Amino acid sequence: MTQTQVKTVLDVKDLKTQFDTQDGMVHAVNGVSFNLRRGEFLGIVGESGSGKSVTMMSLLRLIPMPPGEIVSGEARFGDQDLLSIDLEDLRAVRGGKIGFIFQDPMTSLNPVLTVGYQIMESLRLHTDLSEKERRPRAKQLLDLVGIPDADARLRNYPHELSGGMRQRVMIAMALACDPEILIADEPTTALDVTIQAQIIQIVRDLREKLGTAVIWITHDLGVVAGLADRVLVMYGGQIVEEAPVVDLYSNPQHPYTEGLLGSLPRLDQKGQELVNIKGTPPNLYELPTFCPFSPRCPYVMDKCREENPPLMDIGQGRKTACWWDMENDRPRYGS
Amino acid sequence: MAVETSDAPLAPEADSADVIVSVEGLKKHFPIMRGVFRRQVGAVRAVDGITFDIRRGETLGLVGESGSGKSTTGRVILQLETATEGVVLFDGTDLTQTTGNKLRSLRPRMQMIFQDPHASLNPRMTVASIIGEPLSEHNKARGESRKKRIEELLSLVGLEPKHANRYPHEFSGGQRQRIGIARAIALNPDFIVADEPIAALDVSIQAQVVNLLEDLQDVLGLTYLFISHDLSMVRHIADRVAVMYLGKIMELGTVDRLYNDPKHPYTKALLSAVPVPDPVVEAARQRVILEGDIPSPANPPPGCPFNTRCPIAQERCVTEVPEWRELEPGRWVACHFAEQSDELIPIS
Repeated sequence: MTQTQVKTVLDVKDLKTQFDTQDGMVHAVNGVSFNLRRGEFLGIVGESGSGKSVTMMSLLRLIPMPPGEIVSGEARFGDQDLLSIDLEDLRAVRGGKIGFIFQDPMTSLNPVLTVGYQIMESLRLHTDLSEKERRPRAKQLLDLVGIPDADARLRNYPHELSGGMRQRVMIAMALACDPEILIADEPTTALDVTIQAQIIQIVRDLREKLGTAVIWITHDLGVVAGLADRVLVMYGGQIVEEAPVVDLYSNPQHPYTEGLLGSLPRLDQKGQELVNIKGTPPNLYELPTFCPFSPRCPYVMDKCREENPPLMDIGQGRKTACWWDMENDRPRYGS
Repeated sequence: MAVETSDAPLAPEADSADVIVSVEGLKKHFPIMRGVFRRQVGAVRAVDGITFDIRRGETLGLVGESGSGKSTTGRVILQLETATEGVVLFDGTDLTQTTGNKLRSLRPRMQMIFQDPHASLNPRMTVASIIGEPLSEHNKARGESRKKRIEELLSLVGLEPKHANRYPHEFSGGQRQRIGIARAIALNPDFIVADEPIAALDVSIQAQVVNLLEDLQDVLGLTYLFISHDLSMVRHIADRVAVMYLGKIMELGTVDRLYNDPKHPYTKALLSAVPVPDPVVEAARQRVILEGDIPSPANPPPGCPFNTRCPIAQERCVTEVPEWRELEPGRWVACHFAEQSDELIPIS
């Protein structure tokens, strides 16, 4: 992709989402900004509570409100701002121009309707295909995601399919209306590793065939390594690092990314020492006035406890939210 | 898969090593009941005839996908489930034939760490009473010495004495797993079954718990059966690995040789399916993508359980159950074509 052809399909600015709970205000997403380019595969990596899912759910206003509230932000999709358009218009986008795949296909498929009905319903709502044209299209979609004997499968109920097959149906449904963006939230986490490999293979093939932009949310740095063009690392409701995939893994520029990569055992290596990231994940009840990783960070300085670092551009398409310049071993502020 | 090649010397014969647990022909079938009279109409063959040894002081990794029978294996070894058939020798005693006080007197020597630290700790008990319960139960310590032992155990697992009077809900997932580990080592066991001990934890916490398990093994001379679906972590922690599929062990060997040079088609496929957190390696890797799903253990295919998905299955694999044989010293495999698998499935 050359610089001139790059076109942004989704531009998110300063997204903030909170949840008002009995125990206090949970600051789930704190000022997240990123963009997605046409045809790009963007990985979003983070542990539980990092805000990666809430970010995506907020974009399509799928979080329960209340207790959830989108405090601020803008999400440009074409000439629309997803966060401010009418619900009517948003519904046309959801499942139409933006497809979704969730972690657990059993809870996102309706158990009392056949697979075929559910795919065709999406075609009925979002395309102008006639009733007669919908069934062949549904069959074609199942073929596309590698489901054998598609005609018979259209008549199956979700419980008659295995976990891997259900996830393929979800992918077929998400792709039903030729979306511009496909958002996948931990789509392989509930699957066994040999089934995960099947799904990843299908997604790879589909990307080449369809050129859809994909946002793939996961806690598994391994899965993203083989799929993504660019990766965002989230921690404590913020993006802490953004980089092209090869650079992120070979030369992380945020202490959290570095620690996370060091704590992962590798299938192709033996005898490495696993790095401990000391301490526990961040407390989201506190106002994000300081760096959320500072209590666990080996490079922590006074400034980190006083001021939350913004996501700073450090060149070569990379950004990091850290006051310590890991490349040059010096603080990033002052002289 | 072979990113590095192993020049490790041949592993010693299993017989010559000091064996602590010896499993022979172990089966566990759960009956399926139907109808008004609850007649047995079938059985889930969770574990279907497995044979292996665990050597003193080693970590044996037991890997497999869901439904492969790896957890049931761990539970049957500890007699938390009764075996349908087969022998479990623990230091020479057949546990399947041992009951009552005799079995109870052996229990302190074998313990378990569970997957879910939320479900395996009683929310109404303080940390001190959770860790102290095995001490009282087996009359190992009371009063002041019990209190001292609890403090000692807390510091062994990286918690502080002040934590003793708190309740489980006051701790994070990783800390709770530490409490479960403290309980498991309270009675100075020889052998611990760790059933997916890190599966419920965040990535950054997993390394903490695994490092703790390794340190404790060094200090206390423990033997682990480490049950996990995480093949990368098993490579890190284990000395030898057994790969299960549909109630049977497909392959067993030292970590280096099994990961660098798998002989069973299932092991080859499984290892090639695990993502490596390195984009450069990932881009260059060749994969064996298996077709289809894992069959139900209630209705396993005839012959080799893997024949429905195996890329090199032949007529013989459907008619004849492959023998569990020692391919080379210390390397066991259940496949008719293990010798030819490298030629037939070239991925390395």
